[in-house]
Amino acid sequence: MNMASSLNSCSTRLVAADQLVAVAQECLNQQMRFLMAWHDWDDQTCVVRYLLSQKDHAEFVLLEVRDTDTLPSLAALVPLLGWYEREMHDLGGLEFSGHPESFPLIIHEGFSISPPPLGRTAADNPLQAHLQGSYEPPSMPEVQGDQVQDLYWGPVRADVVETGEFHYSYIGEAILHYHPRLFFKHRGMEARFAGQDAARSVYLAERVSGVGSACHALAYCQAVENAWGIEVPLRAQLLRVIIVELERLYNHFHYFGQLAKTTTLKVGAATGFLMEERVKQLASQLTGSRYLRSLLCVGGLRRDLQAEHLAHALEGIIDEGEAYLNRLHQTATHLDRLMGTGILSLESAFDQGATGPVARASGLDRDLRRDHPYAAYHKLRFNVPVREKGDAMARSEVRAESLREALALLVQASGRLKTGPVQAEYTPPSGEQQGLGWAETPRGTLMYAVRIRDGRLQRVKIKSPSFSNWRVFPLTVHGTNLMDYAINEASFGLTIAGCDR
Amino acid sequence: MPLWTWTGLKAGKAATRWPRSGSDGQEGVLGMPRLDIDKCRSGCDLCISSCPTQAIHLVEGEPVIDYGRCIVCQRCVEECPEGAMQSSYDWAFGVRQRSDLTWSAALESHEAEHLRKRIASSQRRSLHIRHVDAGSCNACEAEISALDNPFYNLHRLGIFFTPSPRFADLLMVTGPVTAPMHDVLLATWEAMPEPRSVIATGTCAVSGAPMDGGYAGGAGLEKILPVDIWLPGCPPNPAALIHALLLLLERMPQRVTGGQYAE
Repeated sequence: MNMASSLNSCSTRLVAADQLVAVAQECLNQQMRFLMAWHDWDDQTCVVRYLLSQKDHAEFVLLEVRDTDTLPSLAALVPLLGWYEREMHDLGGLEFSGHPESFPLIIHEGFSISPPPLGRTAADNPLQAHLQGSYEPPSMPEVQGDQVQDLYWGPVRADVVETGEFHYSYIGEAILHYHPRLFFKHRGMEARFAGQDAARSVYLAERVSGVGSACHALAYCQAVENAWGIEVPLRAQLLRVIIVELERLYNHFHYFGQLAKTTTLKVGAATGFLMEERVKQLASQLTGSRYLRSLLCVGGLRRDLQAEHLAHALEGIIDEGEAYLNRLHQTATHLDRLMGTGILSLESAFDQGATGPVARASGLDRDLRRDHPYAAYHKLRFNVPVREKGDAMARSEVRAESLREALALLVQASGRLKTGPVQAEYTPPSGEQQGLGWAETPRGTLMYAVRIRDGRLQRVKIKSPSFSNWRVFPLTVHGTNLMDYAINEASFGLTIAGCDR
Repeated sequence: MPLWTWTGLKAGKAATRWPRSGSDGQEGVLGMPRLDIDKCRSGCDLCISSCPTQAIHLVEGEPVIDYGRCIVCQRCVEECPEGAMQSSYDWAFGVRQRSDLTWSAALESHEAEHLRKRIASSQRRSLHIRHVDAGSCNACEAEISALDNPFYNLHRLGIFFTPSPRFADLLMVTGPVTAPMHDVLLATWEAMPEPRSVIATGTCAVSGAPMDGGYAGGAGLEKILPVDIWLPGCPPNPAALIHALLLLLERMPQRVTGGQYAE
């Protein structure tokens, strides 16, 4: 059977494998940017897709390579694709010739799974194989030299944190090389969607990254709605904006609490975490869930929310939030630790795939809410803060501005609410459809690509912002010092569950 | 710096005194669904087919809920045509016996063991926790971290997090236990001195749901560690976490027995 369906919002171009490098170069020359790459199977035939954005916010470009599971690696030309290719190799069994970093990524050294869980034969029975093995250290190039010390930190580390293993090669205070080994938490989320009812799998999307539940639900729902051509009613669109902006708000307050914690500003940390808690309590009073779960469904919302008086409920948070951000911005001991820390150049941010506040702090002016509007964002006014310096200070400034914008958006969206339905009527079509959905999360670009046949999900690809930013982060650690590490990491605001999936 | 001290002092105490008095902070938080068996119509299985984690099954024609698999998605409440499944604010679901999370008509009571009481009394005013993330979605981590925010202020109860398992009395595990975390989790457990206890934190850690059955995921702690408290919830909120901790220390009573929530 042929894939007759095409992906929404994309102009698709079929590329022969031997032309791929030349076409990629051509795209780069036209200042396009690669967003993600994933593989799929069309009746045993391998299909690899590369999604790109264009400079002028025109529709996405999709490059499609068919009929081969051995492709030339683009990682040397487009470094951000390095992880996507390694993932397709580990989970799909594809080969990328000439890959500059052909080390295991998702399936660790010491572990194996056969056949590959997203491979050619796995589509028939996604649960046939199990990941097996035992711990072995990562097979990374070693840094050798007089007085070079190695520190393996993790996977169980201090404090209440997500699991990851960090490897530092250092002399004294200076970090020569840093390698985060992630994917201990890999739960095979993409395979879990396969075979499920597309209309009822929002709960899975909500559990990819807990602190991104609402954005994941939104991007997933939009992908299915685009595949099925569903128009979501206006009230639901505005309420969706309110839900994801509440998520942005508590994430940003958490970010400042965590950042102040690393600069040992105790009251500053406590204040940030208290503001986060207040937003979560407000969210639970409004929706019944502190993580804004179980609200979105394909076609709109599962139930109406009484959000008309949100502006009033937010008053205290707006005033205290503003005072808090100003106080942080006037604290020299805090700012001293951020300025010049963990610098990410514009070039690295572009090449390595930085996204969200991290990218905007390095001068990449991108925000899906403005560039490719979804939900009700085209009806709302907001600014996209951008900075040039690319240091921890710039990243925190972008977050601070984005926090203020989130508050303004919440007031604006709640003021626009009019009575109306919150769910579209629809019947899931038979046959095969594909859909692309996206959201600008507090951490950056999130994308879902879905392929559905007769109402059942066949393939779901999740591109999470933390997958992109973890790839970028080590570049800002090499050549810096251990004292700044925690501050730099906090300034990125990464999650591991979203990256590992 | 003095400015921060001043603003901190001026803001005063933000901590709740709950459970002694004051708010638990969970106003509006939906909990596990309740089953009103009298309203249930026989021959209907909409709640069973609506549940994404297979937490409901039929026993002798009547639905039985395993709260250890419930992710609080509220779908059964929406789908039940008779209103037998009702949404509730029941979230303090920490129990000592896994079987207490399964709905049963006959109320059973479990005698606390003498030894358990002695251990609990020795740790009653000073408990140190080592948390291990065995593959969670990070919502559980976010709620556990929230215990240290000024509102819940866990220290007021004499409970602390410790970086080293060597100093830990309690292992708090989140996530279904993915393959690469299995040995790591056991190594952390082995490193802890006795007496030591375990809380299976969140529905994933209790039963694996909805992350069981995949190629990388586990099925929770049941066959891996001797669990002292089972705490389902997706995620369990900070007050539910405090309840489970105080239940472990015999400072608060268990709310759920035989799958039924006591007022």
